[in-house]
Amino acid sequence: MSTRLTNGGRLIDRRQPREFTFNGKRMTGFAGDTLASALLANGQTLMGRSFKYHRPRGVMASGAEEPNALFGIGTEGHFEPNQRATTQEIFEGMQAESQNHWPSLDFDVGAINSKVSRLLPAGFYYKTFMAPRPFWKHVFEPIIRRSAGLGKAPKARDADQYEHFYAFVDILIAGGGIAGLQAALMAGEAGARVLLVEQLPYWGGRTPVDGGEIDGMLAADWVKDAVQRLENMPNVEIRLRCMASGIYDHGYALAYERLTDHCADKSGSRHKLWRVRAKHIITATGAIERPLSFAGNDVPGVMLASAVRDYIADYGVSVGDRVVIVTTNDDAYRTAFAIHEAGLAVPVILDARTDQERPPEVGGFVTKARHMGIRVEMGKGIARVKGGKHVTGIEICDQAGEGHVLEEIACDAVAMSGGWSPVVHLWSHCGGKLLWDEEEAMFYPDETRPPISHDGKGFVTTAGSANGKLLIRAVMKDAQSAAKTVLEALGMDVAGGAAEAGPFNEWMPKPVWMMPQGAGKDLRQKMWLDFQNDVKVSDVQLAAQEGYESVEHTKRYTTLGMATDQGKLSNINGLATLANALNEEVPAVGTTTFRPPYTPISMGSIAGEARGDMFQPIRRTPIHEWHESQEAYMEPVGHWRRPYCYPKDGESHADAVKREVLATRESLGLLDASTLGKIIVKGPDAPRFMDMLYTNMMSSLKPGRCRYGLMCNENGFLMDDGVVARLDDETFLVHTTSGGAEHTHGHMEDWLQCEWWDWKVHTLNVTEAWAQIAVVGPNTRNLLEKLGSEIDLSAEALPFMGFAFGKLGGFDARVFRISFSGELSFEIAVPASQGRAFWDALHEAGAEFNATAYGTEALHIMRAEKGFIMIGDETDGTVIPQDLGLDWAISKKKDDYLGKRAQARSHMVDPNRWKLVGLETVDGSVLPDGSYAIGDGVNENGQRVTEGRVTSTYHSPTLNRGIAMGLVKHGPNRMGEVLRFNTTSGAEIQAEIVNPVFFDPEGEKQNV
Amino acid sequence: MLILKCPNCGLMADETELAPGGEAHLKRFGPGSSDEAFEGYLFARENTKGVSFERWRHANGCGKWFLAARCTVTLEVFATYSAQTSEPPAEVIEAIQARRPDWNRR
Amino acid sequence: MSSVSALQDARFDGAVTVEEAGLQGMVTLKADLSAQSVVDGLKRIGLNIPGQRQIVETDTGAIAWMAPDELLFLCDHDKAGDVEAQLDAALQGQHVLIVNISDARAMFRIEGKGVREVLAKLAPVDLHPDSFGPGEIRRTRLAQVPAAFWMQDDDAFNVICFRSVARYVFDILFKASETSYLRQAKQGVL
Repeated sequence: MSTRLTNGGRLIDRRQPREFTFNGKRMTGFAGDTLASALLANGQTLMGRSFKYHRPRGVMASGAEEPNALFGIGTEGHFEPNQRATTQEIFEGMQAESQNHWPSLDFDVGAINSKVSRLLPAGFYYKTFMAPRPFWKHVFEPIIRRSAGLGKAPKARDADQYEHFYAFVDILIAGGGIAGLQAALMAGEAGARVLLVEQLPYWGGRTPVDGGEIDGMLAADWVKDAVQRLENMPNVEIRLRCMASGIYDHGYALAYERLTDHCADKSGSRHKLWRVRAKHIITATGAIERPLSFAGNDVPGVMLASAVRDYIADYGVSVGDRVVIVTTNDDAYRTAFAIHEAGLAVPVILDARTDQERPPEVGGFVTKARHMGIRVEMGKGIARVKGGKHVTGIEICDQAGEGHVLEEIACDAVAMSGGWSPVVHLWSHCGGKLLWDEEEAMFYPDETRPPISHDGKGFVTTAGSANGKLLIRAVMKDAQSAAKTVLEALGMDVAGGAAEAGPFNEWMPKPVWMMPQGAGKDLRQKMWLDFQNDVKVSDVQLAAQEGYESVEHTKRYTTLGMATDQGKLSNINGLATLANALNEEVPAVGTTTFRPPYTPISMGSIAGEARGDMFQPIRRTPIHEWHESQEAYMEPVGHWRRPYCYPKDGESHADAVKREVLATRESLGLLDASTLGKIIVKGPDAPRFMDMLYTNMMSSLKPGRCRYGLMCNENGFLMDDGVVARLDDETFLVHTTSGGAEHTHGHMEDWLQCEWWDWKVHTLNVTEAWAQIAVVGPNTRNLLEKLGSEIDLSAEALPFMGFAFGKLGGFDARVFRISFSGELSFEIAVPASQGRAFWDALHEAGAEFNATAYGTEALHIMRAEKGFIMIGDETDGTVIPQDLGLDWAISKKKDDYLGKRAQARSHMVDPNRWKLVGLETVDGSVLPDGSYAIGDGVNENGQRVTEGRVTSTYHSPTLNRGIAMGLVKHGPNRMGEVLRFNTTSGAEIQAEIVNPVFFDPEGEKQNV
Repeated sequence: MLILKCPNCGLMADETELAPGGEAHLKRFGPGSSDEAFEGYLFARENTKGVSFERWRHANGCGKWFLAARCTVTLEVFATYSAQTSEPPAEVIEAIQARRPDWNRR
Repeated sequence: MSSVSALQDARFDGAVTVEEAGLQGMVTLKADLSAQSVVDGLKRIGLNIPGQRQIVETDTGAIAWMAPDELLFLCDHDKAGDVEAQLDAALQGQHVLIVNISDARAMFRIEGKGVREVLAKLAPVDLHPDSFGPGEIRRTRLAQVPAAFWMQDDDAFNVICFRSVARYVFDILFKASETSYLRQAKQGVL
């Protein structure tokens, strides 16, 4: 039975109780407790159910590597699943719930999987659900989906806030243990800009628990002193609860700071994602203890030896009254001593090493234990753990044997240690390579093959246990040499005395990948490698037997290391098991790829400020507020928001659109066209450049006149279109599509800077300098004249496709007589700062003409009635101007323009290309968007033949019938033919091929 | 997340300020060119494993294009240089060969 | 004629004050800044081309180096036409482009202790006092949009962006400036 001890616990404050709930039950812990320590203090050892077999599981570790104790924390908008109890600090009122069980943690129906576990081997899902195929969608997939996933996805919208922070430093140090602190001290004293981050809420890593001396001080005191010194350095920033989560190219790193996860007060940012650019990174990330593979190693109460002593020393919590130690190394003896000193019993230490293997100069730990009266059995191991929801005892066996039980011992906890693995994740993220240390049985960084930065030099150095140096003296030496190397490489003076740590002789661990060595099948099926994903020794052996020789394949076949803990405990044991099964050396099998983040980080922190209203930038015209005040129905056009229509008094959108079209055609419409792109192109070579940009001849355009033009990319496909105004001999004003200005301007600059850099042309995107309003309809001229115009707007002075600048109603106006509707129309640009006032003035003066604001849908309908194409409707990146019958806008005289050569490619001149036509349904209805014209028979792939498709389709209020445009095979030669178009309901609609100009083909209305 | 020095404004620019533009030093083929030459220009790219020449635009910055010589394996950057050149300048070639003695352009 | 800026002088007072600076005159000159004729032309009206990425105050405002072929002239909003005309006259006959782009932009002023930290949340720029200070203009991005900023003094930045995204930029600046959001690093930034 786990419980709170009466004394001890360096991290907790017993004067500050904290009440929290666990599955609705009230519990009390202390400030400084993690959820794991608080649950253990309350006697709760059962903390979750495993993923596949729903086996009862307890906490195994005391840090970020914890695979079992995952909880949903918080409620509603603050709920988050899969939080590790070992890193979640408790706070007043915290609510925690366990996961992956039904109906309750104690009684879980899913545990039946465990009883039939022999039927659920590795690759079970692949093998079982392969066939019959039709079963997949309705039978297999729902079964798998129901059994997949650990925690519940939050249902409420995330109520928290998140932020990013860009930091630039000389040295980023990941890990605030003694190695990280030492490196930070040296770097700080050398004057470097340093960021030191530590994922835990305290400094010093394991050392304050494990003990030792540094600089003649107790290690714990040295840590306090080091932190104090760092806090006083202005050039050093130190952060707790801040995990270096990933290292990326060229010294880029992410650090994930948890600001309020430990607080009852959730105000402010919850997480801050540090986006760090470091000249150099030191990873001092320590090491993780390995579990041992013996039968029943997942029963609640079996824990890592280091965790057992952490709970005693850090939180004053005992995990049991009788704790058996099973180990392959000296380190676990520290746990035995800690338990003993806490007044609890250690019935036996089972040490897999034999006396014969012991070099003479080591063995002090064994002697000390025996001296304390603790029974130590050498060459022994655990054959099997007894107990279901909790450990009740163990069976002792010879490590060298097959599991013959020598003795049973009653106990309520087991502390195991299979040695230590350096945390090499960060080193490996960006390509750092590893070496295998046979003696210590661990992978460690190969300092000759680090991740490479832009200058071709390594930018990551590891220090301390992360570098395979496990003993305090070696750790301090390694940290000093790492800091020195890094500082010298950065050209900084290394100052300050290096700390000295006391000596320590330890007996090397013995690599033990299975306990006992000759365990039979029944034992191997109960030896867990990956606790979270329920992968056992027998699964990996089965994978090897079935031919999965590559570690990457074995990983995916068995799901070893694929859970939320990413195999922090299981990887090395799994690799070694695979290597043994394949009769290979461990390094020959190699590791799987380490990928960021080190532990999962919140989606919110990745998004940062980009949520809600700030999810993406919304572009607003100078008239945007008016549209909102009219409750216009807005639609996205690129990042712009434009009014689709302005419904009034309960009108449907269709009714509003109809009213807007008719009002415009009958009298006067006003359109906010400010989103239209405007680019100035100027220079002696501007005419020549314009001829290259457009398919038609622009150099022949006369100053004062406008011309419609088509712009293609080098593939020949239509990219943008618009009206070009020639301001003077050297200057053109290019109008682009809405949302196309940036792309088109970039296209121009690309050609000017990278191909024709000797041409004298300047360009400038002035889109947003101007508010532009299309004034459209028969009463347009009346309205403008009423406003008072210095510009002569008569047909003679300002003919169609002309423009003039001057004062209009007191505004600084640029008036372009162009039309996208077929009506008499002026597009008038005024400085953006005057845009809203001009819009208001037009409405005020236009009231007598029933001036009607119209939206994009009315705009689209009116252009379709006139057969004008729309980029993005009639074009989709595979359409050339010739497809659209726009040959009149393609110059035959020019030697070259962008896209000309491509338009001569064989497929582009194929007479079978689909071409633009108008379509009129026989019954007057509206063709569905995207509908295809159905041909006869099937093609060589057995698909129904199609011979055309709809590109634009509307109800025309003017004609009171459905009209459409489409691309049809041999279309222009098939006028009057009736085609069949498909619909999603399966019915077909008949439509006749007609001229795409449905309305006023002579252009009488616009030329008045 | 690369950092590249923009030779136009002198900044070490974060990749998020930059826009990639594909392979550098393409020779344009226009009207009158053979199908093969045009296909090569429009579609065929070196896609080098190793030293590669690339176009980048300092889009969220000075707006100018520049070229970079970079190793696609180690991400080492040998040089960034003016976009107004049809071949890598001699000093760029030298900078590459200083780090990759066996390398030759094509 | 009543002219208005994008947000009509919106303002937020948090740990850092964020305010739209109102109407601001801006004229862009595109020219080969290395050409002697351009240098001389500007010199004739008493203007020197700032160094790379520098912003220099003048009698009527400031001149900023935006790119090797681009300068930005800051002035009173109603004087932009005059600046345009003055530059036109000074660079007559040369291959240059001079445009009043005042209304294409919005400008913000953010002020207060911790102002560097506010921008460091949004821009991938080293804002440590050793790396960035008054006299330099930085074109970069703020979260998802292009922007430029420079320091007026140690506790104040001017920020410019495109007019259409003025609301977005104001929102991200004020969000980053909320008191509860600021946890001051030792030197404002790292």
